[in-house]
Amino acid sequence: MSLFKERQYLRVHVDREPDDSLWMKCKSCGELVFKRRVRENNNVCPSCGEYFFQTSQERLESILDPGSFEPLSERLATSDPLSFADSRSYQDRIAEAQAKTGLDDAILVGRGTIEGLPVVIGVMDFRFIGGSMGAVVGELISRAIEAAIADRRGFVLVSSSGGARIQEGLFSLLQMAKTVAVRRRLAEAGLPFISVMTYPTSGGVEASIASLGDIVIAEKGAMIGFAGRRVIEQTIAEELPAHFQTESFALERGQIDRVVRREDLRTELAAGLAFFVGAR
Amino acid sequence: MTDERTLDLLEAKIEELRQLNSMDGMDLSKEIARLEEKLAGLRQELFANLTDWQRVQMARHPKRPYALDYIASVFADFYELRGDRIVGDDRALLAGLARLEGRSVALLAQQKGRTTEENKERFFGMARPQGYRKAKRIMELAERFGFPLISLIDTSGAYPGVESEELNIGRAIADNLETMAGLRVPTIAVVIGEGGSGGALAIGLADRVLMLENAIYSVITPDGAAAILWKDKERARDAATALQMTATHLLDLGLIDGIVPEPLGGAHKNPVVTSAALKEAIVRHVAELTALPLDQLLAARYERYRSVGQSAARLAPKSE
Repeated sequence: MSLFKERQYLRVHVDREPDDSLWMKCKSCGELVFKRRVRENNNVCPSCGEYFFQTSQERLESILDPGSFEPLSERLATSDPLSFADSRSYQDRIAEAQAKTGLDDAILVGRGTIEGLPVVIGVMDFRFIGGSMGAVVGELISRAIEAAIADRRGFVLVSSSGGARIQEGLFSLLQMAKTVAVRRRLAEAGLPFISVMTYPTSGGVEASIASLGDIVIAEKGAMIGFAGRRVIEQTIAEELPAHFQTESFALERGQIDRVVRREDLRTELAAGLAFFVGAR
Repeated sequence: MTDERTLDLLEAKIEELRQLNSMDGMDLSKEIARLEEKLAGLRQELFANLTDWQRVQMARHPKRPYALDYIASVFADFYELRGDRIVGDDRALLAGLARLEGRSVALLAQQKGRTTEENKERFFGMARPQGYRKAKRIMELAERFGFPLISLIDTSGAYPGVESEELNIGRAIADNLETMAGLRVPTIAVVIGEGGSGGALAIGLADRVLMLENAIYSVITPDGAAAILWKDKERARDAATALQMTATHLLDLGLIDGIVPEPLGGAHKNPVVTSAALKEAIVRHVAELTALPLDQLLAARYERYRSVGQSAARLAPKSE
Protein backbone atom coordinates (compact mmCIF):
# COMPACT_ATOMS: atom_id res chain seq x y z
CA MET A 1 0.00 0.00 0.00
CA SER A 2 1.29 3.41 -0.82
CA LEU A 3 -0.51 6.62 -0.14
CA PHE A 4 1.34 8.55 -2.76
CA LYS A 5 2.71 7.99 -6.17
CA GLU A 6 5.98 6.06 -5.99
CA ARG A 7 8.79 8.46 -6.61
CA GLN A 8 12.48 8.46 -5.90
CA TYR A 9 12.84 11.10 -3.24
CA LEU A 10 15.92 13.18 -3.20
CA ARG A 11 18.48 12.35 -0.57
CA VAL A 12 20.12 15.66 0.05
CA HIS A 13 23.83 15.83 0.65
CA VAL A 14 24.53 18.45 3.25
CA ASP A 15 27.90 19.33 1.85
CA ARG A 16 26.30 20.44 -1.40
CA GLU A 17 24.64 23.70 -0.60
CA PRO A 18 22.90 25.45 -3.46
CA ASP A 19 25.24 28.11 -4.88
CA ASP A 20 24.53 31.80 -4.81
CA SER A 21 23.13 32.10 -8.31
CA LEU A 22 19.45 32.60 -8.91
CA TRP A 23 18.84 29.21 -10.43
CA MET A 24 19.21 25.66 -9.27
CA LYS A 25 18.96 22.33 -11.00
CA CYS A 26 16.49 19.82 -9.59
CA LYS A 27 18.33 16.55 -8.99
CA SER A 28 15.17 14.61 -9.68
CA CYS A 29 13.79 16.03 -12.95
CA GLY A 30 16.89 17.88 -14.07
CA GLU A 31 14.89 21.04 -14.63
CA LEU A 32 16.53 24.40 -13.99
CA VAL A 33 14.24 26.11 -11.52
CA PHE A 34 14.17 29.60 -10.11
CA LYS A 35 15.47 29.39 -6.54
CA ARG A 36 13.07 31.93 -5.12
CA ARG A 37 10.13 29.96 -6.45
CA VAL A 38 11.48 26.81 -4.82
CA ARG A 39 11.75 28.57 -1.49
CA GLU A 40 8.26 30.02 -1.79
CA ASN A 41 7.04 26.54 -2.59
CA ASN A 42 8.25 25.04 0.77
CA ASN A 43 11.42 23.82 -0.94
CA VAL A 44 9.42 21.54 -3.17
CA CYS A 45 10.41 21.50 -6.85
CA PRO A 46 7.76 23.50 -8.76
CA SER A 47 8.38 21.34 -11.80
CA CYS A 48 8.19 17.77 -10.48
CA GLY A 49 7.20 17.99 -6.81
CA GLU A 50 10.56 16.74 -5.54
CA TYR A 51 11.38 17.67 -1.91
CA PHE A 52 14.46 19.73 -1.29
CA PHE A 53 16.06 20.08 2.03
CA GLN A 54 14.34 22.56 4.35
CA THR A 55 16.33 24.50 6.93
CA SER A 56 14.97 24.89 10.44
CA GLN A 57 14.29 28.58 9.81
CA GLU A 58 12.36 27.79 6.62
CA ARG A 59 10.48 25.04 8.38
CA LEU A 60 9.40 27.34 11.21
CA GLU A 61 8.19 29.85 8.65
CA SER A 62 6.17 27.25 6.82
CA ILE A 63 4.54 25.81 9.96
CA LEU A 64 3.92 28.76 12.27
CA ASP A 65 1.62 31.74 11.86
CA PRO A 66 3.61 34.64 10.37
CA GLY A 67 5.49 36.59 13.02
CA SER A 68 4.39 34.36 15.87
CA PHE A 69 7.75 32.74 16.64
CA GLU A 70 9.46 33.82 19.85
CA PRO A 71 12.70 31.97 20.54
CA LEU A 72 13.24 30.69 24.09
CA SER A 73 15.19 33.48 25.69
CA GLU A 74 18.59 31.93 26.43
CA ARG A 75 20.91 30.87 23.62
CA LEU A 76 23.17 27.87 24.30
CA ALA A 77 26.23 26.48 22.60
CA THR A 78 28.36 23.43 23.36
CA SER A 79 31.38 23.71 25.64
CA ASP A 80 33.02 20.70 23.96
CA PRO A 81 33.05 18.64 27.18
CA LEU A 82 35.53 16.02 25.91
CA SER A 83 37.83 18.44 24.04
CA PHE A 84 37.14 16.09 21.17
CA ALA A 85 39.16 15.87 17.99
CA ASP A 86 39.18 13.38 15.18
CA SER A 87 40.77 14.32 11.87
CA ARG A 88 39.50 17.81 12.81
CA SER A 89 38.70 19.35 16.14
CA TYR A 90 35.08 19.41 17.25
CA GLN A 91 35.39 23.14 17.90
CA ASP A 92 36.31 23.60 14.24
CA ARG A 93 33.32 21.61 13.09
CA ILE A 94 31.05 23.57 15.40
CA ALA A 95 32.37 26.90 14.18
CA GLU A 96 31.89 25.82 10.58
CA ALA A 97 28.36 24.57 11.21
CA GLN A 98 27.51 27.80 13.03
CA ALA A 99 28.82 29.90 10.16
CA LYS A 100 27.00 27.81 7.59
CA THR A 101 23.62 27.74 9.34
CA GLY A 102 23.51 30.86 11.48
CA LEU A 103 22.50 28.57 14.36
CA ASP A 104 24.17 27.96 17.73
CA ASP A 105 23.48 24.24 17.51
CA ALA A 106 21.25 21.75 15.69
CA ILE A 107 17.85 22.96 16.94
CA LEU A 108 15.65 26.04 17.13
CA VAL A 109 13.10 26.15 19.96
CA GLY A 110 10.48 28.69 20.87
CA ARG A 111 6.85 29.63 21.30
CA GLY A 112 4.51 30.29 18.42
CA THR A 113 1.04 29.65 17.09
CA ILE A 114 -0.24 27.31 14.38
CA GLU A 115 -3.51 28.58 12.93
CA GLY A 116 -3.96 30.45 16.20
CA LEU A 117 -3.22 27.48 18.46
CA PRO A 118 -0.40 28.21 20.90
CA VAL A 119 2.47 25.71 20.92
CA VAL A 120 6.07 25.34 21.93
CA ILE A 121 8.00 24.03 18.98
CA GLY A 122 11.44 22.58 18.36
CA VAL A 123 12.84 22.14 14.85
CA MET A 124 16.05 20.23 14.30
CA ASP A 125 18.41 21.19 11.51
CA PHE A 126 20.23 18.45 9.62
CA ARG A 127 22.81 20.88 8.23
CA PHE A 128 24.28 21.27 11.72
CA ILE A 129 26.48 18.14 12.15
CA GLY A 130 23.71 15.91 10.85
CA GLY A 131 21.14 17.33 13.24
CA SER A 132 22.83 15.31 15.96
CA MET A 133 21.75 15.54 19.59
CA GLY A 134 24.40 16.57 22.07
CA ALA A 135 24.08 18.38 25.37
CA VAL A 136 22.72 21.59 23.81
CA VAL A 137 19.99 19.91 21.76
CA GLY A 138 18.99 17.78 24.74
CA GLU A 139 18.88 20.78 27.06
CA LEU A 140 16.88 22.89 24.60
CA ILE A 141 14.32 20.13 23.99
CA SER A 142 13.99 19.80 27.76
CA ARG A 143 13.56 23.55 28.24
CA ALA A 144 11.03 23.65 25.41
CA ILE A 145 8.97 20.94 27.06
CA GLU A 146 9.20 22.75 30.39
CA ALA A 147 8.01 25.94 28.71
CA ALA A 148 5.09 24.00 27.26
CA ILE A 149 4.20 22.76 30.75
CA ALA A 150 4.55 26.25 32.26
CA ASP A 151 2.33 27.85 29.59
CA ARG A 152 0.04 24.82 29.25
CA ARG A 153 0.69 24.53 25.52
CA GLY A 154 1.12 21.55 23.25
CA PHE A 155 4.65 20.56 22.22
CA VAL A 156 5.70 19.92 18.63
CA LEU A 157 9.10 18.48 17.71
CA VAL A 158 10.19 18.29 14.09
CA SER A 159 13.08 15.83 13.94
CA SER A 160 15.81 15.79 11.32
CA SER A 161 18.68 13.97 12.91
CA GLY A 162 21.19 11.21 12.41
CA GLY A 163 21.11 10.46 16.15
CA ALA A 164 23.25 11.19 19.18
CA ARG A 165 26.31 13.39 18.58
CA ILE A 166 29.46 11.29 18.66
CA GLN A 167 31.74 14.18 19.64
CA GLU A 168 30.14 14.59 23.06
CA GLY A 169 30.39 10.90 23.92
CA LEU A 170 28.30 9.64 26.80
CA PHE A 171 26.92 13.15 27.42
CA SER A 172 25.07 12.75 24.11
CA LEU A 173 23.78 9.27 24.88
CA LEU A 174 22.35 10.47 28.17
CA GLN A 175 20.36 13.21 26.42
CA MET A 176 18.08 10.38 25.33
CA ALA A 177 17.35 9.67 29.00
CA LYS A 178 16.97 13.35 29.78
CA THR A 179 14.53 14.29 27.04
CA VAL A 180 12.39 11.23 27.76
CA ALA A 181 12.32 11.97 31.49
CA VAL A 182 11.12 15.52 30.83
CA ARG A 183 8.59 14.28 28.27
CA ARG A 184 7.00 12.14 31.02
CA ARG A 185 6.24 15.34 32.92
CA LEU A 186 4.48 16.79 29.87
CA ALA A 187 2.32 13.67 29.67
CA GLU A 188 1.59 13.85 33.40
CA ALA A 189 0.51 17.46 32.93
CA GLY A 190 -2.01 16.29 30.33
CA LEU A 191 -0.44 18.21 27.47
CA PRO A 192 -0.09 16.78 23.96
CA PHE A 193 3.17 16.07 22.14
CA ILE A 194 3.12 15.75 18.38
CA SER A 195 6.30 14.29 16.93
CA VAL A 196 7.01 15.03 13.28
CA MET A 197 9.57 12.74 11.65
CA THR A 198 11.31 14.05 8.55
CA TYR A 199 14.36 13.01 6.58
CA PRO A 200 16.10 11.55 8.56
CA THR A 201 14.84 10.55 12.01
CA SER A 202 17.25 7.93 13.25
CA GLY A 203 19.61 6.64 15.92
CA GLY A 204 19.38 8.01 19.42
CA VAL A 205 16.77 10.60 18.52
CA GLU A 206 14.46 8.02 16.99
CA ALA A 207 15.11 5.68 19.94
CA SER A 208 14.05 8.32 22.46
CA ILE A 209 12.01 11.49 22.28
CA ALA A 210 10.92 11.33 18.62
CA SER A 211 9.22 7.94 19.02
CA LEU A 212 7.19 9.00 22.04
CA GLY A 213 4.74 11.46 20.50
CA ASP A 214 1.08 11.13 21.44
CA ILE A 215 0.75 11.51 17.71
CA VAL A 216 3.59 10.62 15.37
CA ILE A 217 3.43 12.17 11.92
CA ALA A 218 5.93 11.47 9.15
CA GLU A 219 6.60 13.83 6.30
CA LYS A 220 6.50 12.26 2.87
CA GLY A 221 10.09 11.37 1.94
CA ALA A 222 11.13 10.78 5.57
CA MET A 223 13.67 8.20 6.64
CA ILE A 224 12.69 6.53 9.90
CA GLY A 225 14.78 3.93 11.68
CA PHE A 226 17.21 3.15 14.46
CA ALA A 227 20.25 1.65 12.76
CA GLY A 228 21.70 3.06 9.57
CA ARG A 229 21.14 1.23 6.31
CA ARG A 230 24.84 0.56 5.81
CA VAL A 231 25.31 -0.85 9.30
CA ILE A 232 22.42 -3.26 8.78
CA GLU A 233 23.68 -4.32 5.36
CA GLN A 234 27.11 -5.03 6.82
CA THR A 235 25.62 -7.02 9.70
CA ILE A 236 23.27 -9.23 7.73
CA ALA A 237 25.19 -9.20 4.44
CA GLU A 238 22.13 -8.97 2.27
CA GLU A 239 20.37 -6.26 0.33
CA LEU A 240 17.53 -4.39 1.95
CA PRO A 241 14.08 -3.84 0.43
CA ALA A 242 13.88 -0.61 -1.57
CA HIS A 243 11.36 1.12 0.67
CA PHE A 244 13.10 -0.01 3.87
CA GLN A 245 12.89 2.71 6.58
CA THR A 246 10.76 5.00 4.42
CA GLU A 247 7.57 6.60 5.71
CA SER A 248 5.44 3.99 3.92
CA PHE A 249 7.50 1.17 5.51
CA ALA A 250 6.90 2.73 8.93
CA LEU A 251 3.20 3.27 8.27
CA GLU A 252 2.64 -0.29 7.08
CA ARG A 253 4.31 -1.64 10.21
CA GLY A 254 2.29 0.47 12.58
CA GLN A 255 5.18 2.67 13.68
CA ILE A 256 3.59 6.02 12.86
CA ASP A 257 0.08 7.45 12.78
CA ARG A 258 -0.02 9.52 9.64
CA VAL A 259 1.94 10.53 6.57
CA VAL A 260 1.62 14.09 5.26
CA ARG A 261 2.93 16.15 2.41
CA ARG A 262 5.10 19.05 3.44
CA GLU A 263 2.63 21.62 2.14
CA ASP A 264 -0.07 20.07 4.36
CA LEU A 265 1.99 19.82 7.53
CA ARG A 266 0.76 23.08 8.99
CA THR A 267 -2.96 22.29 8.61
CA GLU A 268 -2.32 18.71 9.72
CA LEU A 269 -0.66 19.90 12.94
CA ALA A 270 -3.42 22.42 13.61
CA ALA A 271 -6.12 19.78 13.08
CA GLY A 272 -4.39 17.38 15.45
CA LEU A 273 -3.70 19.98 18.13
CA ALA A 274 -7.28 21.26 18.06
CA PHE A 275 -8.56 18.01 19.59
CA PHE A 276 -6.54 18.62 22.72
CA VAL A 277 -7.67 22.18 23.37
CA GLY A 278 -9.39 22.13 26.75
CA ALA A 279 -8.97 18.35 26.95
CA ARG A 280 -8.07 18.51 30.63
CA MET B 1 57.26 -4.81 25.85
CA THR B 2 55.43 -7.47 27.84
CA ASP B 3 51.93 -8.48 26.88
CA GLU B 4 49.33 -10.73 28.45
CA ARG B 5 50.62 -13.75 26.50
CA THR B 6 54.08 -13.45 27.97
CA LEU B 7 52.60 -13.37 31.44
CA ASP B 8 50.50 -16.44 30.73
CA LEU B 9 53.59 -18.32 29.48
CA LEU B 10 55.56 -17.34 32.53
CA GLU B 11 52.71 -18.41 34.76
CA ALA B 12 52.57 -21.80 33.04
CA LYS B 13 56.33 -22.17 33.47
CA ILE B 14 56.07 -21.52 37.19
CA GLU B 15 53.31 -24.10 37.47
CA GLU B 16 55.52 -26.61 35.64
CA LEU B 17 58.38 -25.99 38.04
CA ARG B 18 56.04 -26.37 40.98
CA GLN B 19 55.01 -29.80 39.79
CA LEU B 20 58.64 -30.86 39.23
CA ASN B 21 59.42 -29.55 42.67
CA SER B 22 56.86 -31.77 44.35
CA MET B 23 57.61 -34.84 42.23
CA ASP B 24 61.36 -35.24 42.24
CA GLY B 25 62.17 -33.95 45.64
CA MET B 26 64.40 -31.35 44.00
CA ASP B 27 64.42 -28.01 45.67
CA LEU B 28 63.32 -25.48 43.07
CA SER B 29 61.57 -23.23 45.55
CA LYS B 30 64.20 -20.50 45.23
CA GLU B 31 63.82 -20.47 41.47
CA ILE B 32 60.03 -20.50 41.78
CA ALA B 33 60.02 -17.61 44.21
CA ARG B 34 62.29 -15.62 41.91
CA LEU B 35 60.04 -16.19 38.92
CA GLU B 36 56.92 -15.41 40.91
CA GLU B 37 58.37 -12.11 41.97
CA LYS B 38 59.27 -11.35 38.40
CA LEU B 39 55.77 -12.26 37.26
CA ALA B 40 54.16 -9.99 39.84
CA GLY B 41 56.43 -7.14 38.77
CA LEU B 42 55.64 -7.59 35.10
CA ARG B 43 51.91 -7.86 35.80
CA GLN B 44 51.98 -4.67 37.83
CA GLU B 45 53.89 -2.92 35.04
CA LEU B 46 51.49 -4.13 32.36
CA PHE B 47 48.19 -3.60 34.07
CA ALA B 48 48.69 -0.67 36.39
CA ASN B 49 48.59 1.84 33.56
CA LEU B 50 46.39 0.44 30.85
CA THR B 51 45.67 2.71 27.92
CA ASP B 52 42.07 3.37 26.98
CA TRP B 53 42.39 1.01 24.03
CA GLN B 54 43.78 -1.73 26.27
CA ARG B 55 40.72 -1.27 28.50
CA VAL B 56 38.49 -1.71 25.45
CA GLN B 57 40.30 -4.98 24.79
CA MET B 58 39.83 -6.01 28.41
CA ALA B 59 36.13 -5.19 28.24
CA ARG B 60 35.89 -7.45 25.17
CA HIS B 61 38.26 -10.12 26.43
CA PRO B 62 37.00 -13.57 25.37
CA LYS B 63 37.68 -14.96 28.85
CA ARG B 64 35.92 -12.13 30.65
CA PRO B 65 33.09 -13.25 32.96
CA TYR B 66 29.68 -12.68 31.40
CA ALA B 67 26.37 -11.87 33.03
CA LEU B 68 25.42 -15.48 33.82
CA ASP B 69 28.74 -15.95 35.64
CA TYR B 70 27.92 -13.03 37.92
CA ILE B 71 24.29 -14.05 38.29
CA ALA B 72 25.47 -17.41 39.61
CA SER B 73 27.98 -15.92 42.02
CA VAL B 74 26.37 -12.67 43.20
CA PHE B 75 22.74 -13.78 43.42
CA ALA B 76 20.97 -16.91 44.62
CA ASP B 77 18.11 -18.89 43.08
CA PHE B 78 18.01 -17.16 39.68
CA TYR B 79 14.55 -17.85 38.30
CA GLU B 80 14.46 -16.92 34.64
CA LEU B 81 11.37 -15.37 33.08
CA ARG B 82 11.24 -15.52 29.33
CA GLY B 83 9.46 -13.99 26.39
CA ASP B 84 7.96 -10.64 25.46
CA ARG B 85 4.45 -12.20 25.22
CA ILE B 86 4.09 -10.96 21.62
CA VAL B 87 6.88 -12.04 19.30
CA GLY B 88 9.39 -14.24 21.06
CA ASP B 89 12.19 -14.58 23.56
CA ASP B 90 15.56 -12.91 23.21
CA ARG B 91 18.55 -14.90 24.45
CA ALA B 92 20.80 -11.82 24.36
CA LEU B 93 18.85 -10.10 27.12
CA LEU B 94 17.91 -12.31 30.04
CA ALA B 95 15.38 -11.44 32.70
CA GLY B 96 14.12 -12.94 35.89
CA LEU B 97 13.92 -12.94 39.65
CA ALA B 98 16.67 -13.76 42.10
CA ARG B 99 17.65 -13.33 45.72
CA LEU B 100 20.28 -10.94 46.92
CA GLU B 101 21.12 -11.72 50.55
CA GLY B 102 17.62 -13.09 50.99
CA ARG B 103 15.84 -10.16 49.36
CA SER B 104 13.85 -10.68 46.15
CA VAL B 105 15.16 -8.60 43.25
CA ALA B 106 14.37 -8.35 39.54
CA LEU B 107 17.27 -8.89 37.15
CA LEU B 108 17.97 -7.80 33.60
CA ALA B 109 21.19 -9.03 32.04
CA GLN B 110 22.81 -8.87 28.64
CA GLN B 111 24.54 -12.13 27.84
CA LYS B 112 27.20 -12.73 25.20
CA GLY B 113 28.02 -16.21 23.92
CA ARG B 114 31.26 -18.12 24.49
CA THR B 115 31.07 -20.38 21.46
CA THR B 116 30.06 -19.74 17.86
CA GLU B 117 26.98 -21.83 18.44
CA GLU B 118 26.02 -19.88 21.53
CA ASN B 119 26.71 -16.56 19.83
CA LYS B 120 24.35 -17.49 17.04
CA GLU B 121 21.63 -17.99 19.60
CA ARG B 122 22.56 -14.86 21.54
CA PHE B 123 23.25 -12.58 18.56
CA PHE B 124 26.66 -11.79 20.10
CA GLY B 125 24.92 -10.15 23.04
CA MET B 126 22.99 -7.70 20.87
CA ALA B 127 19.37 -7.53 21.98
CA ARG B 128 16.38 -7.15 19.68
CA PRO B 129 12.97 -5.59 20.32
CA GLN B 130 11.79 -8.89 21.81
CA GLY B 131 14.46 -8.51 24.48
CA TYR B 132 13.74 -4.87 25.25
CA ARG B 133 10.00 -5.55 25.49
CA LYS B 134 10.63 -8.49 27.81
CA ALA B 135 12.80 -6.16 29.89
CA LYS B 136 9.95 -3.65 30.11
CA ARG B 137 7.61 -6.40 31.27
CA ILE B 138 10.03 -7.28 34.08
CA MET B 139 10.52 -3.60 35.00
CA GLU B 140 6.77 -3.31 35.48
CA LEU B 141 6.66 -6.56 37.42
CA ALA B 142 9.39 -5.23 39.73
CA GLU B 143 7.38 -2.06 40.25
CA ARG B 144 4.18 -3.94 41.10
CA PHE B 145 5.89 -5.94 43.82
CA GLY B 146 8.46 -3.43 45.02
CA PHE B 147 11.52 -5.44 43.93
CA PRO B 148 14.71 -3.46 43.35
CA LEU B 149 15.69 -3.70 39.68
CA ILE B 150 19.28 -4.61 38.84
CA SER B 151 20.65 -4.46 35.29
CA LEU B 152 23.90 -6.04 34.18
CA ILE B 153 24.96 -4.36 30.95
CA ASP B 154 27.23 -6.06 28.43
CA THR B 155 26.49 -5.32 24.78
CA SER B 156 28.14 -3.64 21.85
CA GLY B 157 24.69 -2.28 20.97
CA ALA B 158 21.15 -3.20 20.01
CA TYR B 159 21.00 -5.67 17.13
CA PRO B 160 20.94 -3.88 13.77
CA GLY B 161 18.79 -5.98 11.46
CA VAL B 162 15.72 -5.89 9.26
CA GLU B 163 13.55 -7.63 11.85
CA SER B 164 14.67 -5.19 14.56
CA GLU B 165 13.54 -2.28 12.42
CA GLU B 166 10.30 -3.98 11.43
CA LEU B 167 9.52 -4.52 15.11
CA ASN B 168 10.37 -0.88 15.84
CA ILE B 169 13.43 -1.24 18.00
CA GLY B 170 13.67 2.53 18.40
CA ARG B 171 10.27 2.66 20.05
CA ALA B 172 11.12 -0.36 22.22
CA ILE B 173 14.22 1.44 23.54
CA ALA B 174 12.33 4.71 24.00
CA ASP B 175 9.59 2.92 25.93
CA ASN B 176 12.12 1.40 28.29
CA LEU B 177 13.69 4.79 28.93
CA GLU B 178 10.29 6.24 29.73
CA THR B 179 9.46 3.30 32.00
CA MET B 180 12.75 3.44 33.88
CA ALA B 181 12.53 7.21 34.26
CA GLY B 182 9.42 6.80 36.38
CA LEU B 183 9.83 3.32 37.85
CA ARG B 184 8.71 3.37 41.47
CA VAL B 185 11.44 1.06 42.79
CA PRO B 186 15.19 1.51 43.29
CA THR B 187 17.21 0.77 40.16
CA ILE B 188 20.89 -0.07 39.77
CA ALA B 189 22.77 -0.62 36.53
CA VAL B 190 26.26 -2.08 36.32
CA VAL B 191 28.26 -2.11 33.11
CA ILE B 192 30.19 -5.37 33.43
CA GLY B 193 31.84 -5.33 30.00
CA GLU B 194 30.69 -3.27 27.04
CA GLY B 195 28.10 -0.55 27.42
CA GLY B 196 27.19 0.15 23.81
CA SER B 197 24.93 3.04 22.97
CA GLY B 198 21.11 3.00 23.13
CA GLY B 199 21.12 -0.77 23.42
CA ALA B 200 22.85 -0.41 26.79
CA LEU B 201 21.00 2.67 28.01
CA ALA B 202 17.67 0.92 27.36
CA ILE B 203 18.22 -1.04 30.59
CA GLY B 204 20.58 1.49 32.13
CA LEU B 205 18.57 4.56 33.12
CA ALA B 206 19.01 3.89 36.82
CA ASP B 207 19.37 5.55 40.22
CA ARG B 208 22.92 4.27 40.47
CA VAL B 209 25.15 3.54 37.51
CA LEU B 210 28.31 1.59 38.24
CA MET B 211 31.05 0.20 36.06
CA LEU B 212 33.53 -2.58 36.54
CA GLU B 213 37.05 -1.17 36.43
CA ASN B 214 37.77 -2.42 32.91
CA ALA B 215 34.31 -1.88 31.45
CA ILE B 216 33.54 0.73 28.79
CA TYR B 217 30.41 2.79 28.18
CA SER B 218 29.92 4.91 25.10
CA VAL B 219 27.56 6.57 22.67
CA ILE B 220 29.07 4.49 19.86
CA THR B 221 31.65 1.70 19.60
CA PRO B 222 35.18 2.96 18.98
CA ASP B 223 35.11 1.02 15.72
CA GLY B 224 31.90 2.74 14.63
CA ALA B 225 33.23 6.17 15.54
CA ALA B 226 36.46 5.47 13.65
CA ALA B 227 34.53 4.48 10.54
CA ILE B 228 32.34 7.59 10.65
CA LEU B 229 34.70 10.31 11.83
CA TRP B 230 38.10 9.07 10.73
CA LYS B 231 36.73 7.22 7.69
CA ASP B 232 39.08 4.44 8.77
CA LYS B 233 38.16 1.48 10.97
CA GLU B 234 41.80 1.05 11.92
CA ARG B 235 41.62 4.24 13.95
CA ALA B 236 39.46 2.63 16.65
CA ARG B 237 42.30 3.12 19.12
CA ASP B 238 42.19 6.88 18.59
CA ALA B 239 38.41 6.91 18.77
CA ALA B 240 38.49 4.98 22.05
CA THR B 241 40.76 7.62 23.55
CA ALA B 242 38.78 10.57 22.21
CA LEU B 243 35.43 9.21 23.40
CA GLN B 244 36.56 8.92 27.06
CA MET B 245 34.67 5.69 27.48
CA THR B 246 36.53 4.07 30.38
CA ALA B 247 35.25 3.91 33.95
CA THR B 248 37.78 6.39 35.34
CA HIS B 249 37.04 8.96 32.63
CA LEU B 250 33.29 8.66 33.14
CA LEU B 251 33.62 8.92 36.91
CA ASP B 252 35.73 12.06 36.45
CA LEU B 253 33.10 13.47 34.10
CA GLY B 254 30.48 12.84 36.77
CA LEU B 255 28.45 10.51 34.55
CA ILE B 256 28.67 7.37 36.70
CA ASP B 257 28.50 6.80 40.46
CA GLY B 258 31.19 4.27 41.17
CA ILE B 259 33.80 1.82 39.97
CA VAL B 260 33.89 -1.82 41.04
CA PRO B 261 37.56 -2.84 41.28
CA GLU B 262 38.90 -5.79 39.31
CA PRO B 263 41.95 -7.85 40.21
CA LEU B 264 45.21 -6.98 38.48
CA GLY B 265 45.02 -8.41 34.98
CA GLY B 266 41.26 -8.13 34.74
CA ALA B 267 38.06 -9.76 35.98
CA HIS B 268 38.85 -13.06 34.26
CA LYS B 269 42.07 -13.46 36.26
CA ASN B 270 40.01 -13.97 39.38
CA PRO B 271 36.25 -14.10 38.85
CA VAL B 272 35.66 -15.00 42.51
CA VAL B 273 37.30 -11.81 43.74
CA THR B 274 35.52 -9.75 41.08
CA SER B 275 32.14 -11.24 41.99
CA ALA B 276 32.71 -10.51 45.65
CA ALA B 277 33.48 -6.86 44.87
CA LEU B 278 30.45 -6.63 42.60
CA LYS B 279 28.19 -8.16 45.22
CA GLU B 280 29.47 -5.82 47.90
CA ALA B 281 28.75 -2.82 45.67
CA ILE B 282 25.26 -3.93 44.65
CA VAL B 283 24.26 -4.82 48.21
CA ARG B 284 25.50 -1.47 49.48
CA HIS B 285 23.66 0.55 46.82
CA VAL B 286 20.44 -1.43 47.23
CA ALA B 287 20.58 -0.75 50.97
CA GLU B 288 21.18 2.97 50.44
CA LEU B 289 18.40 3.31 47.88
CA THR B 290 15.79 1.28 49.72
CA ALA B 291 16.39 3.45 52.79
CA LEU B 292 15.22 6.52 50.85
CA PRO B 293 11.53 7.52 50.83
CA LEU B 294 10.10 6.81 47.36
CA ASP B 295 9.33 10.42 46.46
CA GLN B 296 12.88 11.38 47.35
CA LEU B 297 14.25 8.54 45.24
CA LEU B 298 12.18 9.61 42.24
CA ALA B 299 13.02 13.29 42.68
CA ALA B 300 16.73 12.51 42.82
CA ARG B 301 16.48 10.35 39.71
CA TYR B 302 14.65 13.07 37.84
CA GLU B 303 17.18 15.68 38.88
CA ARG B 304 20.05 13.45 37.86
CA TYR B 305 18.81 12.96 34.31
CA ARG B 306 17.32 16.44 33.91
CA SER B 307 20.65 18.02 34.72
CA VAL B 308 22.92 15.67 32.81
CA GLY B 309 25.11 17.55 30.37
CA GLN B 310 24.15 21.01 31.59
CA SER B 311 27.82 21.66 32.22
CA ALA B 312 28.44 20.88 28.55
CA ALA B 313 26.10 23.66 27.36
CA ARG B 314 27.11 27.26 27.90
CA LEU B 315 25.53 30.56 26.99
CA ALA B 316 26.18 31.29 23.35
CA PRO B 317 28.25 34.40 22.73
CA LYS B 318 26.08 37.29 21.63
CA SER B 319 26.19 37.65 17.88
CA GLU B 320 27.46 40.97 16.51
